[in-house]
Formats: sequence, structure tokens, C-alpha cells
Amino acid sequence: MRAMSATETMHRRGQALLASLLLVWLALVLAPVHGWTAATYPALSGRIVDAANIIPVATRLDIEAKLVGLEDKSGIQLVVATVTSLDGGDIETYANGLFRFWKLGEAKNNNGVLLIVAPKERKVRIEVGYGLEGTLTDALSKVIITNAIAPRFKAGDFGGGVARGVDDIITVLTTDASEWEKRPKVREDEPDLFEQLLPFIIFALFVFVFVSFIMNARNGPGGGLRGGGGRGGRAGPVIFGPSSGGWSGGGAWGGDSGGGFSGGGGSSGGGGASGDW
Amino acid sequence: MQKTFSRLRSVIAAVALGLTVSACGYNNIPTLEEQAKARWSDVQNQYQRRADLIPNLVATVQGYAKQEKDVLTAVIEARSKATSVRIDASQLTDPEKIKQFQDAQNQLSGALGRLIAVSENYPDLKSNQNFLALQSQLEGTENRITVARRDYIESVRVYNTEMKTFPGLLWAMTFFRGNKPMAEFTATEGAAKPPTVKF
Repeated sequence: MRAMSATETMHRRGQALLASLLLVWLALVLAPVHGWTAATYPALSGRIVDAANIIPVATRLDIEAKLVGLEDKSGIQLVVATVTSLDGGDIETYANGLFRFWKLGEAKNNNGVLLIVAPKERKVRIEVGYGLEGTLTDALSKVIITNAIAPRFKAGDFGGGVARGVDDIITVLTTDASEWEKRPKVREDEPDLFEQLLPFIIFALFVFVFVSFIMNARNGPGGGLRGGGGRGGRAGPVIFGPSSGGWSGGGAWGGDSGGGFSGGGGSSGGGGASGDW
Repeated sequence: MQKTFSRLRSVIAAVALGLTVSACGYNNIPTLEEQAKARWSDVQNQYQRRADLIPNLVATVQGYAKQEKDVLTAVIEARSKATSVRIDASQLTDPEKIKQFQDAQNQLSGALGRLIAVSENYPDLKSNQNFLALQSQLEGTENRITVARRDYIESVRVYNTEMKTFPGLLWAMTFFRGNKPMAEFTATEGAAKPPTVKF
């Protein structure tokens, strides 16, 4: 009986070692997956991210309803952003970076549009996702900026300019429905199925190992989890408890970033037009 | 019970080994190489798109500014030269070839810049709707070129880094001996600054 429990302890010690090795291995394997780029862009807090605070509340609610309507009807994500500063860069680079950071539009269709205003630099840009370049062309974007937006901005009416710009963009996007419906352009840098499933597989593996450790510990002689030989028994929950919680967060990687509105995974290659006033 | 666990453990070990090999980057080099090649075809497409706009632009300008013959001819010549230099994906490791491509495109950028500058002198041309549309398309295309180039440069950087760092280095020295680092764009004055189009 005594000899048996000695081997059992050895066995558990081995398991604890295995567990910590597994943890190190997971850290190595997952490290590249979780390499976030530093976020210098504002969070996508809604369909209108008015950081520069230039759109009156009433107008904002009005525009927001239209943006929701557009997405419900066509799946197109149109987002309005105002920024306090471009940090010395040009609006084209910033708009493209922000668009890709927010991942506007559905991943398969890349049907997002970003209307961005930088009041300090007096620049405005319509950045168009890959999938809508044929509908909301550069020329049309330019026309919308010069005719609908810039004159109102010049007069100081930012709310009106944005509202009118959004109206015109929506008109262009919804008039010729056949155009965007037949454009499911898939980009080649889509992560493949395995890459997408990897976090889940690892999570499942992790849960499995965790459960097997607990069951093992329970099975053993000497009173299960709390009892003697506590080393192995404790090693399970102490090491795995918090980290398995952490990985479930990892499982959400690639999906929605929680509550409310979020980008659908679309991208843009610099389509659209810029203007100033 | 113990037996079931040991069997399951061996399954886990097998999965772990597979994941480790892929995590150690065996797949990375070919994947990144393909990605960089795809980015390159984006770059080339956008330059082609610019070239496609030019005949229409030249025709429009000609209607209003016939006397600017030199500038117009320069654009046409630069265009035909730029479209004649094409690089397929296997030539991306050749810096000389990339430089040729870049030089030809830069020359076209310069000629286009002069054409746009000259057209400032013709009020009728400047207010022509067709010209305005072409100008915004040209502007948009220049921006797309910038984005495509940035994406290409980034994917080449990632690919080259993978080849030079651990663990990709090991695979590069063994299974992918034939793979060479890709040539990066060198940003020259002309390329860094697309012709500015003013309204």
C-alpha cells in the first residue's frame, strides 16, 4: 500500500512536470497568434465615431438610423469617423489604416465604406472597401465630396455636410443593387479554416487535459483533490484554472470584439477619394 | 481506466507534434512566399490600371491643349515603356529587374505630373467634366498603387525575415534551399511622391 502510493506520487510529479511543459509549449505555439499590433487607432465604438465632436447629437441619431438601415438591407457597413488629428500623416494613409484596423464590411464581400473627417487638417476622405470599388467609384466619391460635403464644411456646417454625404453615398450604393451583389471578391489573405479553428482546437485540447487531470486525481487513492499528495492535485487547478479562462478569451480571437457594433472583417486597398475645404 | 488515458495521451502527443511542426514554421515559408507574390500581382495590376487610364486622359487634354505636344508625347512614350516592363512572380528575387520596373514607372509618374501641371493653364480643360473624372480616377489609382506597394513591401519584409530568423532559418537551410530573399522596392524620390493632383 505504501509502495503503491509512492509510485503514485512519482506519477503525479511526472504529470505536474508534463503540465508545465505543456504550458510552455502552448505559450510558444500561440505566441505568434496573439501578436497584436499596437493600436494607435480609436476603438470602433459605434457607426459614428465622432472623436472631434463636430456632429450635433440630433443629426448623429438621424444618420445612425440610416447607417443601420443600410446594413440591414444590403450588408454594407458604412461608418463615419471624425479625428482630432492625423498626427502629421496624410489622410489617405490614415484612412486606409483605420479601415483595415476596424475591418469594415463583410469579410467575404469587403463591402465597407469609411467617411472620415479631419477638421484640424481640413481634410475629408471616402475610403471604399475592395468589394464596392466598382459601385462607389473614385470619381463618384470625388463628386460627393466636392458637391455635397465640402461646401457645407466650408460654411461650418459639419453635421449637415456629413448627413448629406452619407445620404449621397447610400444613394449610390443602393441604386444599382446588381452591381454589388455579384461582387463577392475573396481576398487571398483570408485565414484558412485550420488557422481559424486552431484556437478552438487548442482550447478543446486544453479542457480535455484539464479534465483528465482532475479525473486522474480523483481516481487515485488518498482522497482526491484536497487530500494528501496534494502536489499533483493542486497543480491541476492552480496552473490550469486561470489560464484556461484566459484561453477562452483567445478563442474569441478573429470574431466580434464584444458588445454592439463591430467590423465584419472587410478590407480596403485605397479606393475612394479625398478632398479638402 | 489508466489504459484509456495512456492511449489518449499518445493521441495528444501526436496532435502536439503536428502542431509543433507547423508552429515551428514549416508551412510559413511557402505560405509567405505565395502571399508576397499575390501582393506583387496587386502592385502590377494597379500600375496597369494607371496605364489604362492614360489614353483617355491624353485624348481629353489634346482636345484643349494641342500645343503641349512635347508633354503629351512624353506621357505616351513613358506609358509604352512602362507597360513593356513586366515582372512575373519568379523574377521577384532579382533586384535588377525590380529596379527596371520601378524606373519605368517613375518615369511615367514624372511625365504624368508634368501633364497635370500643364493642364492647370487651361481653364476650359480644368472645368471639363470628363477631365475631372479622369483626374479623380488617376488620383485614386495613385493611392491604390501606394497601398499595394506598402502591402507588397510589408509581405516581402515578413517573408525575408522568416527566412533569416529562427526557426524559419532552419527550414530555409534544409527544405527550402532554393528559396531566395525577395527584392524590396527602394523608395526613390519619384516613387515616394506621386504627382499631386489639384482641383
